[in-house]
Amino acid sequence: MTTMTYEQAMEEFDPVFGIEVHVELNTKTKMFCGCANEFGAEPNTQVCPVCLGLPGAMPVTNQKAVESAIRLGLALGCSIRESSRFARKNYFYPDLSKDYQISQYDEPTCYEGSLDVVLDDGTVVTVAIERAHMEEDAGKNTHVGGSGGIQGADYSLVDYNRGGVPLVEIVTKPITGMGDRTAEVARAYVATIRDIVRGLGISDGRMEQGSVRADVNLSLRPKGVAGESQDDVPFGKRSETKNVNSLRAIERAVRFEASRQASLLLAGKPVVQETRHWHEDTSSTTPGRSKEEAEDYRYFPEPDLLPVEPAREWVEELRGTIPEHPAKMRARLREEWGFSDLEMRDAVAADALDLIASTVAAGTSAQAARKWWMGELSRVANDREVALAALPVTPAGIAELQGLIDSGKINDKLARQALEGVLAGEGSPSEVVASRGLEVVSDDSALEKAVDDALAAQPDVLAKIQDGKVQAAGAIVGAVMKATRGQADAGRVREIILQRAGVEG
Amino acid sequence: MSETSSLTDWTRATAARMADALAAGEVTSVELVQAHLDRIAAVDGPVHAFLHIDAEGALETARAVDADRAAGVSLPRLAGVPIGIKDVLVTKGLPTTAGSRILEGWIPPYDATVTRRVREARMPILGKTNMDEFAMGSSTEHSGYGPTHNPWDLSRIPGGSGGGSAAALAAFEAPLTIGSDTGGSIRQPASVTATVGVKPTYGGVSRFGAIALASSLDQLGPCGRTVLDTALLHEVMGGHDEMDATSLDEPVPAVVSAALEGAAMDLTGVKVGVVRELSGADGGYQAGVTQRFEESLARLRDMGAEVVEVSCPSFEYALAAYYVILPSEASSNLAKFDSVRFGLRVERSTVEKTMLATRAEGFGDEVKRRIILGTYALSAGYYDAYYGSAQKVRTLVQRDFDAAFAQCDVLVSPTTPTTPFKIGERIDDPLAMYLNDIATIPANLAGIPGMSLPSGLAPEDGLPVGFQILAPAHEDARLYRIGAALEASLAAEWGGPLSAQAPELEVAQ
Repeated sequence: MTTMTYEQAMEEFDPVFGIEVHVELNTKTKMFCGCANEFGAEPNTQVCPVCLGLPGAMPVTNQKAVESAIRLGLALGCSIRESSRFARKNYFYPDLSKDYQISQYDEPTCYEGSLDVVLDDGTVVTVAIERAHMEEDAGKNTHVGGSGGIQGADYSLVDYNRGGVPLVEIVTKPITGMGDRTAEVARAYVATIRDIVRGLGISDGRMEQGSVRADVNLSLRPKGVAGESQDDVPFGKRSETKNVNSLRAIERAVRFEASRQASLLLAGKPVVQETRHWHEDTSSTTPGRSKEEAEDYRYFPEPDLLPVEPAREWVEELRGTIPEHPAKMRARLREEWGFSDLEMRDAVAADALDLIASTVAAGTSAQAARKWWMGELSRVANDREVALAALPVTPAGIAELQGLIDSGKINDKLARQALEGVLAGEGSPSEVVASRGLEVVSDDSALEKAVDDALAAQPDVLAKIQDGKVQAAGAIVGAVMKATRGQADAGRVREIILQRAGVEG
Repeated sequence: MSETSSLTDWTRATAARMADALAAGEVTSVELVQAHLDRIAAVDGPVHAFLHIDAEGALETARAVDADRAAGVSLPRLAGVPIGIKDVLVTKGLPTTAGSRILEGWIPPYDATVTRRVREARMPILGKTNMDEFAMGSSTEHSGYGPTHNPWDLSRIPGGSGGGSAAALAAFEAPLTIGSDTGGSIRQPASVTATVGVKPTYGGVSRFGAIALASSLDQLGPCGRTVLDTALLHEVMGGHDEMDATSLDEPVPAVVSAALEGAAMDLTGVKVGVVRELSGADGGYQAGVTQRFEESLARLRDMGAEVVEVSCPSFEYALAAYYVILPSEASSNLAKFDSVRFGLRVERSTVEKTMLATRAEGFGDEVKRRIILGTYALSAGYYDAYYGSAQKVRTLVQRDFDAAFAQCDVLVSPTTPTTPFKIGERIDDPLAMYLNDIATIPANLAGIPGMSLPSGLAPEDGLPVGFQILAPAHEDARLYRIGAALEASLAAEWGGPLSAQAPELEVAQ
């Protein structure tokens, strides 16, 4: 069987795809109990009778999670149902403590939305959203022995810390007509969702930690005959690739599945409707459960919970808290700040937009703010292996530091020393400048003495300057800076030297 | 035991009398608890009302209450009065099985809200009472630990699922017990043991920590030998709980004052509706049951009540709807018994096989029957025809009640069509067993409160007949007012509560 490339596949077939994104909300507590919702704790330390599914335990809905879900729905342009219900999705699995998942089925809280996705070249694609519904996450199985999979393992361990963590699942309608841009659109869509949840502050949006996870559905259909509508061509059999957990992987999974399905179809073999597993190491998928073995989840309304009935006024209040679309916001900020495309992309990639914006809001110029966050602070964050936002300095602190430079109190070099003090927890920039004695020396009598001492040590310099070699003053400036441990106001030192030489600067 | 209290058989007293005697210093809680432990030791062998006795725990609570009382500490009304708790409620540190072998040996790490309230009321917990496995049954024959026997006739069923809680009262093993009622599991056992049982309004008592059978139908409630005792316990159990999302956010109805008011035997201005479909008018009810029911109606009239007949035509479908909704919810609620985190584990080579083997061995036949029914009813392609239709019937039942309550304050019927049947008589005939609950099920479908209290003994067999009172949602107090009036009127004739006339049980040495 010949293997087709993605590009060849796109020549031959018309791809139809859909994406399900699971967003883990960053609420303090879990969806239906008071346990902490934190990543990385010791196994089974964030559990209680409710999320362990002990006999008798009952769920209570986390209202903060409902608020986050509604805000996300509004950001995706969804309608918010006046009355929606939770439902039980029944299936047996050890990581699912109750052996049913509390989810939403026929009455999701958010439905029928649309999202503009901006591609790298500026093309805008509108993706239709079918629904965004709330559900709880399952725990995590670890298989010990054998290959690490469930088959052949000696035993398995279950950690229920993640069980009951609040999720919102966003489901698109089938996306058609993207042709060879399918992979790019898929990636850009997930990136946009990630940016939106970060902008809303409802999720860490960290794909590498699984706080945003995607399943990619893809099918191919023949390209229509000229003169007939492509809309009339029925969809092909689809595969659903589960847990594709990086932007790069989204693109690769789409490319792989398109190539795989096209190769099958051209060889006259059927595509099987099935779920498939994504393998990051080989950038390929392998079959999971086929549709014939698919479970019947026996959904029915969750009788332990009341319907979700958000007051209209509250929903409108929440609507007022929705930030602008990330792509629009970026375009606006780039314009306002006068950044180049490259500067903007770097700032986005470093997750520095909010920090720069806050620094600018505190009175710093955009370029100065960018230089701090993308320069010195990025270097420190990199060394410490933490996110920029996790550094122990605030945008207001950076604005204060820049203010000290702008007013001439300190120079760039002293500012870096002051920042070092701030990052070491010694206090605010002003406090560090005071305690470390970093202020620029601009007291003329002290500077004059230092200049005279330096000139005495290098007697030929005055003559050189008077001969017109003004750059010779640099040696004296350097000597004075050294003598004052960098605290001299270099501009003023230069003026004094020129005065001594009887030359105007 | 002190000189004075040894003259009184405290196990025969009402809970209200015990509370007063404790407050007056006539008796200590330790003496009350010990008297009941002695009684349990003497009679529970043949009755088998209890699955687990916590003698030391009960005595410890009693000692603490006695010490506090001696020190002049202000105590809740029922402090020191012993109680039995149906094994459906989780009790921290005390075995909890819900009558199932699949939970044998499980010790819950937490208390149900109602358990906590009982502890806060300082009531010594004597132990856990027997029940049909996961509350599925009307006879307690489906307990994984053997049936409970009716103290009125040990060869007969004590009702179910709460046969243990009812039999413990009838055998004077406890003055108060807690039950759970999904389709009649409090009221039907009360009916066949000549005791009092109340299913409160849905949401009136927290379900948190009650092992769920059918979440939309289950309600915990109080059981006692008198209406007043039952009211006292109702006020301990009831009230809003933020751990149960379906809990009503409103004060507990004033049921104690309603019971006291009712005892004055004046029902002037009260309109009582006889539900035609539940009255046996269409046949199928035992003659003695109908006779005692008619007599009780006459008593209500004599006390000034106006009795009218109402019709609830959709009740015809209630039983069928109930036996779709209950198994559907139960099939999901019982999924968690999978051997992974607690309870029985029958080891096999894979987790799927282990789950299958555990459930095959741990669940009894009736539980399996209902899990299969429910799983089928919820399956893709059948959901609308079964679960969907049943929910529609539920709405119709609610409308019938609304219409009936527009015409009267309470509705009444015999609690069960017959007096208690023989153990084993219906065990192989699930449909005949299910018919026991025909009069009690509609209240659960509609979420309204209901009470069963004794209305005499059937002349043909000398066995207890129960009288059911139903009230609109939130109007639990009406049950107690009407119930207390009827109870007082009957007691005047019998010279005391009917429960006192139960035959003496043979006492073990």
